[in-house]
Amino acid sequence: MMIEYNFIQDEDVDIILNDILESYGYDFTEYSKASIKRRINRLFTLDRFMSFAEFRYRLKSDPDYMHRFIEQVTVTVTEMFRDPQFYKVLREQVLPTLGTYPFIRIWHAGCSTGEEVYSMAILLKEANLYHKALLYATDLNPEVLEKARMGIFPLSQMKQYSENYIQSGGTKDFSQYYTANYDKAKFDEELSRKMIFSTHNLVSDRSFNEFQLILCRNVLIYFDKDLQVKVFNLFEQSLDNLGYLALGSKETIRFSSLTSRFKQLDNEKIWRKIA
Amino acid sequence: MEKDSLKGKIDLLLIAGSAGSLDVLLKVLPAIKYNLSFPIIIVLHRKASYDSSLINLFNSKATLPVVEAEEKDSLQNGKIYVAPSDYHLLVETDHSVSLDYSEKIQYSRPCIDVTFETAAEVYKTRIAAILLSGANSDGAAGLKSIKNHGGITAVQNPQYAEVSYMPQKAIQIAPIDYILNIEEIANFINKLSL
Ligand SMILES: C[S@@+](CC[C@H](N)C(=O)[O-])C[C@H]1O[C@@H](n2cnc3c(N)ncnc32)[C@H](O)[C@@H]1O
Repeated sequence: MMIEYNFIQDEDVDIILNDILESYGYDFTEYSKASIKRRINRLFTLDRFMSFAEFRYRLKSDPDYMHRFIEQVTVTVTEMFRDPQFYKVLREQVLPTLGTYPFIRIWHAGCSTGEEVYSMAILLKEANLYHKALLYATDLNPEVLEKARMGIFPLSQMKQYSENYIQSGGTKDFSQYYTANYDKAKFDEELSRKMIFSTHNLVSDRSFNEFQLILCRNVLIYFDKDLQVKVFNLFEQSLDNLGYLALGSKETIRFSSLTSRFKQLDNEKIWRKIA
Repeated sequence: MEKDSLKGKIDLLLIAGSAGSLDVLLKVLPAIKYNLSFPIIIVLHRKASYDSSLINLFNSKATLPVVEAEEKDSLQNGKIYVAPSDYHLLVETDHSVSLDYSEKIQYSRPCIDVTFETAAEVYKTRIAAILLSGANSDGAAGLKSIKNHGGITAVQNPQYAEVSYMPQKAIQIAPIDYILNIEEIANFINKLSL
């Protein structure tokens, strides 16, 4: 049975988020309230705090606990070839266009443990474009980036990923891309050769390059509308003319000023900058 | 409670269920009055792939417009929002909805408890929730939370539910105001409206 997470009230959430901003510089104040409140309550219960004061004190005084907070409060769930149809459109419509450019810079914003980045590397390989591509993979959480860098994922997931891969239009034997070892699958280092991992906070950090394709999937659902708009502006500044922006299957640019300057591809969550 | 006491009592209605609920909804939705004075959120456990056909099916039967809830949609009266499969749906203080792809809860995503609990905290006494047929215990804690905040709770009569476990479980742990047979559900909803 589910425990009702109800210790930390709205006002307490505000207090904690302000503390964190002041003490550590991480700004979660514009995240979707209901979601972050639930995650904070979950952590409070998991770690068996007795009072709000104790929880607050621990967060302010213990930087290691702050890491745990980030890890537990942000949602890092991800998959390879998540939403295969999306990858199919990348394969069939986006990569052929990008292939006409002399180089391809791609930004995975909020890449979590990297499954999305390795999926992209596979698409680029199969389209014969990998040699002229660079994949920038960023996240606010240094721990997930460390995992992404290793390219080691649970072997138990490979069946699902292989099915996703096939549905995305892949025709190779998916297992050629990794080496199985006990319960782990280590992805070919050839795939990570052109990946650059770095922390980047979408709330506070600026544009750092110009890209032909930006993927930011399943990150914006955790932001409130105002923050979404700010991040969309950051993406617009970071996109080449005619560059592509790809979002998660439930995300949209509809509330932002981007709608007039971007054109959606079919019914996919991919928009192209047109002006 | 006396007959007319429900009128205008709520600003949001939640309906949720699992196995055996779809048929109930297909009977109830056509009988809801077309000028309902509040929005409805439906949370239904199901396989991921049927989403667009499910919305079409509902729309072919319902008197009210049915949409899949989108990220940050503001809830509008007289509209029915269906939680997308594979995402939790949370209700925000400004009466919009957020989606969340975190771990499954109660083996479920969407999880009924999550929607019920976040909605209860926002709408307090101005909410009603109906839990239908189903084979797991999701929703029971949510109904309890609705009641704790002073809202109205109802379940499908387990005796006639295709799978009785879910409403049964709710009756065990939460105070339930109304136990309804299928034919009574639409009437109950209409009475809550202005
Ligand atoms: C659900 S994962 C998405 C992973 C992948 N893009 C996918 O769609 O499968 C969300 C990621 O966003 C990251 N994130 C959350 N807030 C962020 C911020 N302000 N800046 C950068 N990354 C952030 C989290 O650390 C987490 O790894």
